[in-house]
Amino acid sequence: MAITLDPKVPSGPIAEKWDRHKFAMKLVNPANKRKYTIIVVGTGLAGASAAASLGELGYNVLNFCIQDSPRRAHSIAAQGGINAAKNYQNDGDSVYRLFYDTVKGGDYRSREANVYRLAQLSVNIIDQCVAQGVPFAREYGGLLDNRSFGGAQVSRTFYARGQTGQQLLLGAYQSLMRQVQQKAVRLFPRREMLDVVLVDGKARGIVIRNLMTGAIEKYAGDAVILATGGYGTAYYLSTNAVNSNVTAAWRAHKRGALFANPCFTQIHPTCIPVSGPHQSKLTLMSESLRNDGRVWVPKNKGDRRPPDQIPEDERDYYLERKYPSFGNLVPRDVASRNAKQACDDGRGVGESGLAVYLDFKDAIGRIGVDSIKEKYGNLFQMYQKITDEDPYKVPMRIYPAMHYAMGGLWVDYNLMSTIPGLHVLGEANFSDHGANRLGASALMQGLADGYFVIPYTIGDYLAANPLPKLTIEHDAFKEAADNVQKRIDTLLSVKGAKTIRSIHRELGAVLWDDVGMSRNEAGLRRALERIPKLRDDFWHNVSVPGTPDNLNQSLEYAGRVADYLEFAELLTLDALNRRESCGGHFREESQTPENEALRDDANYSYAAAWEFKGVGKAPELHKEPLVFDEVHLTQRSYK
Amino acid sequence: MRLNLKIWRQAGPAATGHLEDYTADNVSPDMSFLEMLDVVNEGLARLGKDAIAFDSDCREGICGMCSLVVNGVPHGPDRGTTVCQLHMRRFKDGDTITIEPWRALAFPIVKDLVVDRGAFDRIIAAGGFVSVNCGGAPDGNTLPISKEIAEQAMDSAACIGCGACVAACKNASAHLFMSAKISHLALLPQGQVERHHRVMAMIDQADVEGFGSCSNEGECEAVCPKEIPISNIARMTREYVRALLVAGK
Repeated sequence: MAITLDPKVPSGPIAEKWDRHKFAMKLVNPANKRKYTIIVVGTGLAGASAAASLGELGYNVLNFCIQDSPRRAHSIAAQGGINAAKNYQNDGDSVYRLFYDTVKGGDYRSREANVYRLAQLSVNIIDQCVAQGVPFAREYGGLLDNRSFGGAQVSRTFYARGQTGQQLLLGAYQSLMRQVQQKAVRLFPRREMLDVVLVDGKARGIVIRNLMTGAIEKYAGDAVILATGGYGTAYYLSTNAVNSNVTAAWRAHKRGALFANPCFTQIHPTCIPVSGPHQSKLTLMSESLRNDGRVWVPKNKGDRRPPDQIPEDERDYYLERKYPSFGNLVPRDVASRNAKQACDDGRGVGESGLAVYLDFKDAIGRIGVDSIKEKYGNLFQMYQKITDEDPYKVPMRIYPAMHYAMGGLWVDYNLMSTIPGLHVLGEANFSDHGANRLGASALMQGLADGYFVIPYTIGDYLAANPLPKLTIEHDAFKEAADNVQKRIDTLLSVKGAKTIRSIHRELGAVLWDDVGMSRNEAGLRRALERIPKLRDDFWHNVSVPGTPDNLNQSLEYAGRVADYLEFAELLTLDALNRRESCGGHFREESQTPENEALRDDANYSYAAAWEFKGVGKAPELHKEPLVFDEVHLTQRSYK
Repeated sequence: MRLNLKIWRQAGPAATGHLEDYTADNVSPDMSFLEMLDVVNEGLARLGKDAIAFDSDCREGICGMCSLVVNGVPHGPDRGTTVCQLHMRRFKDGDTITIEPWRALAFPIVKDLVVDRGAFDRIIAAGGFVSVNCGGAPDGNTLPISKEIAEQAMDSAACIGCGACVAACKNASAHLFMSAKISHLALLPQGQVERHHRVMAMIDQADVEGFGSCSNEGECEAVCPKEIPISNIARMTREYVRALLVAGK
């Protein structure tokens, strides 16, 4: 099947594209909607909002998640907030400015038309969430409050304490449960999608494993929506939930959905450092701390004195030194790279030497302990719980950690992948954040996709395509289920001596060392040699205890790691192919004399969409040229 | 540290369970409780033995998935802490720790330490929402809400739905869980329209699921990782009486 990479961006001025497109799209008559079955995989912000909205419209929706309840999806852990171009602060915000900031923040590697639509819809999201009863922070007069976030000079971030993701997800979850009660949506918790079923080239169903009974189940529908999140846990340690995984997206990729820009990963600068080999995940400390904390390391290599014994003139406040105008508030990618450089230089702190200080002493002296407590009390408490150190007295130790995946399955303007009928929403797709995501924009994208984009575009797909009725008795379902069963049987039959976790940890180390914050040709080639060996090691030496016919968390984990061992190769290859630095992707070969990321617009102004050709075989690269009619491309500078 | 563990093992929903003894060696005080169990499970895997099944996901205290009773206390000894945030420095070398699942009729055991909390989802489905379809919402600033009310609603909305309140209650009552959602929505103007129906429907559903009633002991509040107070239950009771009297439901 020849792949055509048509982004299907509507014609007309950027501000009118979405409205024109909405009118041009075909509709499904209300009485006919119930005749269509739509499969939604995932119940995070994108999945829950899509399932609820499609249920409200009258479609017959089947909604799957791996957790015991849809409310547990990892969107729940987002802390900071959600951006929207409401301009409630009268500070000059607009749809155009949010669009502009997002394209620039993404280092000019996103699709303009998608980003503009996202900025347009941002205002509707806030209205919808307020109507659901989301308890956003308010000012004394009763109106909605905003705060500022990185990459913007206006105050446009709406928030609910440090739990914005939780409150937005519960809003979507409650709407979803209302549809479940009305029997518009059928919910399938503790189910993991293991294959997508194609009939006549179109996505017509999925094969899942019932995680409680181990049964392989098949579900047929007229379209499939994946909202299965990002692939951060490929790195083993990340800020993602421990069950987050790439499996659903990867299996779709193996069935023909192109995977775009996998090397665009976001490493968050302020996380609590690794404390030992037992560590299972890393905890984020909100980036807002950099408003008052000063980042420093000792000037001298190997200085192991406790921080209070290092005199002021032997400290290097390197962000303030190198970026006098932005100081400690440089963007995430810049802050992360500089922390790594300081540690690589032998000036890291803490037991491992893989940390830098985030010091609040000056801020406490300036505004007092009480003000700091009011602003950051919950974060300081969380830090103390994990590290057993009091950050009011001792500087915090922080280090960057894998956080978010900008890359994902390639989708067109309608959020449809290269497999007709297979739509991809939220973090699982690639479209809106380019090479770097701005803070408070992930929640915005998930909800825009689910509440306001897919309800329109899926109707157009259903109305425009003949979809003959079929059941799970079709041969394609049997073939997919047999494949899934075979893989499970193989995993259980290896009976080696290595634990799944130990191999995952090794993979994580390879990716972190050579495909992490800073990448170069030699390192990427080294990773490309090591990953297939690890994969081989896994399939020969892994131990997957237990049986397939009941709840078996080892088996679930093994399947996910097996997919990561394939995916990691693509991630690395994409990083090798892109011989430019942009956003979170830093190629050492491409930097300015001041060691900043240097884009190569002449050669790399495209989305790299990869076609699967077999495990261990070179994938085929398809390019979607990125055209910038609105935003002028410039070199980012934070000096 | 070296720890003696007594862990509930149960092969499946219908099987008979029992406490089994394990030893955890080389436990670092910096490990979280769940990381300690990860290490025990890695040891079992090396022996080709079935891992101890337990739920967890975000491991930072917000998803509500983790659910262990540690030495008789849901989420363990620390106040306002989920078991994923509990650290081993809280224990001493040589300690014996008993680890059990949530125990309640409405939360049947799936395997080992994993329970089925679908009953909570069904209670929310019965009425724990505002019935607004996507698309027609008025501007977010149309209805001013006082900061004080918004903060109170947020205090209640902070519930993570973990079910520790049920596990701690001798009646296995879901009152704290329900009352948090009922309070959150009853406090806000958006929740007014369905206020009476909501409280009746949710309480009816809890009865169907087999949760007990409340006898005001306050154990739920003591173990709640988000420290949601039982004043929410008082508010729910008022909402219930009000629905009976005013709406004649």
